Amino acid sequence: MNPSSPAPTPAPAVEEILAQARRLREGIPGDIHEHLVESLYADAGRIAERSVSRPERPARPTFDRTLDRIVTSRIWGLPVMLLLFAFMFWLTIAGANIPSQWLANLLVENGHPWLRGLADAAGFPVWLRGLLVDGVYLSTAWVISVMLPPMAIFFPLFTLLEDFGYIPRVAFNLDALFKRAGAHGKQAMSTMMGFGCNAAGVVSTRIIDSPRERLIAILTNNFALCNGRWPTQILIATIFLGSLVPAHLTGLVSAGAVAGVALLGLGCTLLVALLLSRTVLKGQVSTFSLELPPYRPPRLWQTLYTSVLDRTLLVLWRAVVFAAPAGAVIWLVANVRLGDQSVAEVLVAGLDPFGLALGLNGVILLAYVIAIPANEIVIPTILMLTVLVARLAGVGEGAGILVQADSPVLVGEVLRAGGWTVLTAVNLMLFSLLHNPCSTTLYTIYKETGSARWTALAALLPLGMGVALTFAVASGWRLLAG
Amino acid sequence: MTTPPASSPESAACAECDVYRSARLRKLGLQPGPWDYVVALAGNPNTGKSTVFNALTGLRQHTGNWPGKTVARAEGGFEYSGRRFQLVDLPGTYSLLSTSPDEEIARDFILFGRPDVTVVVADATRLERNLNLVLQVLEITERAVVCLNLVDEAKRHGIQVDERQLARDLGVPVIPTSARFGRGLPELLAAVAEMAARRKGGFGYRLSQEPPAIRTALADLTSRIEQAYPGLPNARWIAMRLLGGDERVAEALRRGELSALADRAARGNESALRESALPAR
Repeated sequence: MNPSSPAPTPAPAVEEILAQARRLREGIPGDIHEHLVESLYADAGRIAERSVSRPERPARPTFDRTLDRIVTSRIWGLPVMLLLFAFMFWLTIAGANIPSQWLANLLVENGHPWLRGLADAAGFPVWLRGLLVDGVYLSTAWVISVMLPPMAIFFPLFTLLEDFGYIPRVAFNLDALFKRAGAHGKQAMSTMMGFGCNAAGVVSTRIIDSPRERLIAILTNNFALCNGRWPTQILIATIFLGSLVPAHLTGLVSAGAVAGVALLGLGCTLLVALLLSRTVLKGQVSTFSLELPPYRPPRLWQTLYTSVLDRTLLVLWRAVVFAAPAGAVIWLVANVRLGDQSVAEVLVAGLDPFGLALGLNGVILLAYVIAIPANEIVIPTILMLTVLVARLAGVGEGAGILVQADSPVLVGEVLRAGGWTVLTAVNLMLFSLLHNPCSTTLYTIYKETGSARWTALAALLPLGMGVALTFAVASGWRLLAG
Repeated sequence: MTTPPASSPESAACAECDVYRSARLRKLGLQPGPWDYVVALAGNPNTGKSTVFNALTGLRQHTGNWPGKTVARAEGGFEYSGRRFQLVDLPGTYSLLSTSPDEEIARDFILFGRPDVTVVVADATRLERNLNLVLQVLEITERAVVCLNLVDEAKRHGIQVDERQLARDLGVPVIPTSARFGRGLPELLAAVAEMAARRKGGFGYRLSQEPPAIRTALADLTSRIEQAYPGLPNARWIAMRLLGGDERVAEALRRGELSALADRAARGNESALRESALPAR
């Protein structure tokens, strides 16, 4: 560690002490550090022996051992993990629908016209009403009604698993994979954190002590789907993939698709870790000991309380903070005109050829540019821009107003009218997994690595992969479709 | 809660009663200082540090049943018996010897942050391994209290820990707790408050099994350091680190951080100064 300010001139006594330490060190045979650690262990053992009494027969509850034998087994460990997570996604998807519609009904369908009326009554000029009510309020309301219900279900479930003690088992299962990819086994932990929030995941790589492996963990954390991207995945999978099968299978197929994307993210993590550890970040794989804590009965109410208050509301607040200004930006690009077209239309038209080559479209690419501050607002932005560009009649209330997407069915109608196909949906899900991290995460990466170059790599690497993968999928799709 | 039945209403018994003592606790959450005392919370990963932290401060730091959850310091406060305590939750570590960022955060705070009390949370079901960290902390500071957590779980596994024997061996108070269920926390609070108010800490612990060559070298270096920095409370630990070639400690010596510590130790506990000693992160 280097002092940031010039160090004061050391007193002669200091240098003398340091020199003496060096001299003494040379006079001692063997590794001093090791001697000291050995002596420490000996003392700890001696003291523990004097105060701990154990039963003759080890009395570890068989429940723990039986459960561990299944969930950490070589054969069953990973399938059980996948099933468990797929089940959580299914519960989230199936359970979030009704409250989502209820919230949209309250905030968008009734709240928005009411606020418009209020603004009119207060004598707001049209542009101000547009900016505040149609821009800021509506996008915020949309984010709340789409994001709150899935988060309020997913986070408590995840926290219950965590409290129960399952997460270290996940790390245990993944450890061998990470190690084979040349990464640190503890990266499994930071990846798990990344499934909540990549910025938090990047900070949690501090548990990795080797700088090389820590960098790998930081650069690949973005491949863990964060909660800003879960709603996108869940919504698009429900609308486009779920509708391909009979209604009673919708939830199952959508959940499977989302789990598949999450799994693909894990695959990308391992692949990129492997590539990095073979090229720019070569080095030894370090070992560590992972402790499997005993299973503990989760404290239900406390968990619900904490995960709803801390995680859900915190993440929601963050989304709202970013959605509000983004809503204003959306309204502006849709209403500021260049010639006879709005800025948004010009931009979308410019991005369209590239977007279509990727199996996406100009709207999606523009939405990802606008949504750099937070992944949460990608879907609302896409919807608004689609309505604007496709000039859909009867949907929404004018340029730059987020549509009243009160149900997934309507969202589907809007998007299909905007020229979306199953390919667009699949590639959006892929692109949502593989693109640059949000600006918060990038800033965190910059703070943790202290390097603009690694930060740039962290942004460009997934973006490049996303472009390549969506292009490949689109080309293959078109080839097969003839 | 294990509230004993109020069979004897004498006032003397009240002082020993959980309910009475808990009533003296006011959780202050994120309220700003000034603080009378600073308490650090150290321990192995997954021993329940954050649970203890939450129980005392009323905050809801996210807790999880997995090691490595807390990687940065979390801070909160509580008031007990009219004194205001700042509580700092350190990252869970197995040792203070190596140089991973989380271990450095923990060690730097205990060494340079000079907390009035360091509470070491230890897992009763894995005492031997947890003692490695406890002993390292005790080498740095004598102002420590051991919170022997998860005793309920140990009991379920048939493990009994004689906390009095342990306290005698370690030279600091050992309080058995089960923080998840709030058991033992009133006793822990009382011990922390008592340690904070003491002029001198416990009698601390010194490694005793080191090879003779190291022992003489340590004694030599320790006496030199004590001469250069009279009043420095952990000269022996510094000597040990220098002998082991710890660059961070050598650097601290060069930058004069240690002389600042010694000065403060000589002047007694002045919490206000402590803030400035925190290495910026």
